Amino acid sequence: MKNGVSAANRLPRRVVAALAVGPIAGLAVFYLWPFATLLARAINGSTVADTLSRGATWDVAWFTVWQAVASTVITMLVGLAPAYIVARFEFPGRQLLVGVLTAIFVLPTVVMGAAFLALLPDSLDRTVWAVIAAHVAFNLAVVVRTVGAFWEHLPIDMESAAATLGASRWRVFVDISLPLLRPSLSAAGAIIFLFTFTSFGVIRILGSAGTRTLEIEVWRRATQLGDIGGAAVLSVLQLAVLAVVVGWSTRAQRRHARAVDLRPEQDRRRAKSPGERRFVTLVAIGTAALCIAPLAAMAIRSFRSSSGWSTTAWTTLGKAEVRPGIRLGLDPVEALVNSIQNAAWATSFAVVLGAVASLAIAAAGRGGRLLDVGLMLPIGTSAVTIGFGMLITFDTPPVDWRAEWWLVPVGHALVALPFVVRTTVGVLRSVDPSLQDAAATLGASPTRAWWNVVVPFLWRPLAVGAALAAAISLGEFGATSFLSRSGGETLPIAIDELLGRTGSLLQAQGYALATILTVATVSLVIGVSRFHDVTGLAHRRANGQTVDR
Amino acid sequence: MSHLRVDQIGIRFDTTDVLREATLTVERAEVVALLGPSGSGKTTLLRVIAGILRPDSGSVWIGANDITSLPTHQRGVGMVFQDNQLFPHMSTIDNVAYGLRVAGVAKAERHERGAAWLDRVGLAGFEGRVVTELSGGEAKRVALARTLATEPSVVLLDEPLTGLDRELHDRLAIQLAQLLVEHSITAVLVTHDPAEADVVASRSVRMDQIDGSD
Repeated sequence: MKNGVSAANRLPRRVVAALAVGPIAGLAVFYLWPFATLLARAINGSTVADTLSRGATWDVAWFTVWQAVASTVITMLVGLAPAYIVARFEFPGRQLLVGVLTAIFVLPTVVMGAAFLALLPDSLDRTVWAVIAAHVAFNLAVVVRTVGAFWEHLPIDMESAAATLGASRWRVFVDISLPLLRPSLSAAGAIIFLFTFTSFGVIRILGSAGTRTLEIEVWRRATQLGDIGGAAVLSVLQLAVLAVVVGWSTRAQRRHARAVDLRPEQDRRRAKSPGERRFVTLVAIGTAALCIAPLAAMAIRSFRSSSGWSTTAWTTLGKAEVRPGIRLGLDPVEALVNSIQNAAWATSFAVVLGAVASLAIAAAGRGGRLLDVGLMLPIGTSAVTIGFGMLITFDTPPVDWRAEWWLVPVGHALVALPFVVRTTVGVLRSVDPSLQDAAATLGASPTRAWWNVVVPFLWRPLAVGAALAAAISLGEFGATSFLSRSGGETLPIAIDELLGRTGSLLQAQGYALATILTVATVSLVIGVSRFHDVTGLAHRRANGQTVDR
Repeated sequence: MSHLRVDQIGIRFDTTDVLREATLTVERAEVVALLGPSGSGKTTLLRVIAGILRPDSGSVWIGANDITSLPTHQRGVGMVFQDNQLFPHMSTIDNVAYGLRVAGVAKAERHERGAAWLDRVGLAGFEGRVVTELSGGEAKRVALARTLATEPSVVLLDEPLTGLDRELHDRLAIQLAQLLVEHSITAVLVTHDPAEADVVASRSVRMDQIDGSD
């Protein structure tokens, strides 16, 4: 048999069912039910009419769209040059540049907001330009990785062929490379549009009353104005737009996919002419600067006070009373502790559920695909929508869980679960099915064979998934904005509150916390990259390529 | 004065000398075949002439002009690639007329000239065909027509007939030889097939005769 284990040696159905029951129940209670509640609240004639007839609603919708389009277009334009040099040239620091871009991409949104708040002059703070600048730096990695990965496999000889026909570099780019890159450009564009359309953390930190996106408006109406119905309508409106964009992007990618003979190996070379060397150096340094400067500014600002350089922000982090009589109302160190506790629980939930779900998906064949798709749904739903749905669902007895300590970690786990499953399922699926048959011929029962042959492959990808889940939980802001309660603030919530207040010490403390969050997230990502070969191995196996180890 | 002169070209990849003091002259309207085993630097030499690779030493001349530091698109050197490198997002006629488009030739004229070249390579009526659906032999001929349509001063042919079945190969080799003679084209043909060299080229040289690397 080519695909799957032979029927006789397959894991018994009852075992698969037992594995699947936990994830299905979790998904049903904490995702599908809140989602249905949200829809039920939104589908109400008068609420819909009332919300949609307000001019303010359309102002917000228009702003959401145009800032997302502007952010996407500028990110694509800025990202093409680094995508090109990463795809086509070998240069010192190339891996590091890709690593830095990726690290920036996985940073929490509030950190990115804080970093640009620290970097930009006061005149630009709280403007749409600050928001767009942060979106651009944040999402550069999408262009560089998506378009760059495609570009490096485009035959370089096709570009050379155009040059031998008289086309200048620019002509080659416009006539040959750009049209052939279109599938990857639409993919990257759609991803960036989705991220910036649902931008929440960056705008909470960098935006103002005039820069409200639908996400912000959902949060504002639900938590500040108590307009649950209106917020629900906007959530659904946003989901509808997202569905259209995803549908369009899928079609566009299919339409523009051409039968290009992509080269299996990359064709990178060192820059030879002085002009090329200058170009590569400038683009690499410029890109790195765009990424690192905001973070550096943030760290530096944590050492600034009204009277100059100072470590006060760091030394007073643990003191609820900053100066006699001046109380914070929140304790930064407690927020750090809360975040760590939340991350530990969220990671445990996501890892346990993700592990059994992945085992069930890999063992169940066709039926597993449904569970797989179901567990991916939270990715397509914004974290704000998830948090909002949970807030309005679990607010009445017997399910008034708003004060339960586990609600925030469960929300985080829901956001992280798709990432754990994606990391793990691929590896499990790549386990050679004939191994289970081989174990059976040696006398192992189907369950025993599965336990001895398949389950051992789980641990390494699960470690990667755990680190990702921890990073996601530490930085999660959208769902937490709805679910966290006073005294239970997490780091991102505390950063948002501190940066929203006046006073240089409080601001500096906000930057200090953002710096801590950056270091924690980047450390986790570096941890993940050490296990990178696990995912690489699974990928190659999935493509039917042999693996030399 | 010879039309194309490659003078003491040296090029290294990492620590390996791929070419060392490679020297070759080609007269106007002469077709020279470069013979040699795989890895002997034949294709590398073509790429240096086309400006796709920069040599570490030596120079390339066309007539009295040193073109060593000219970018590819300003050299007037056409090249037929081993795997054709047709542009998959363009129709057959747009591929053939691409060089004319870059040169600023008006659409009607470039289509007319492109169609004439398609006719010359035996593909009349193929204008609207999707290049990814052409057979191996058809794709080779389109690649040849695309290169010749720009009337380059030197044509480089990198194993242009590799991968075809024997009968088609022999037929195309004769057709190619006729085209090159009819249009008095100066060309360098890279091949590892001495019989093909005999049919297409007016003179054959072995890589070890013109290059000092191991």
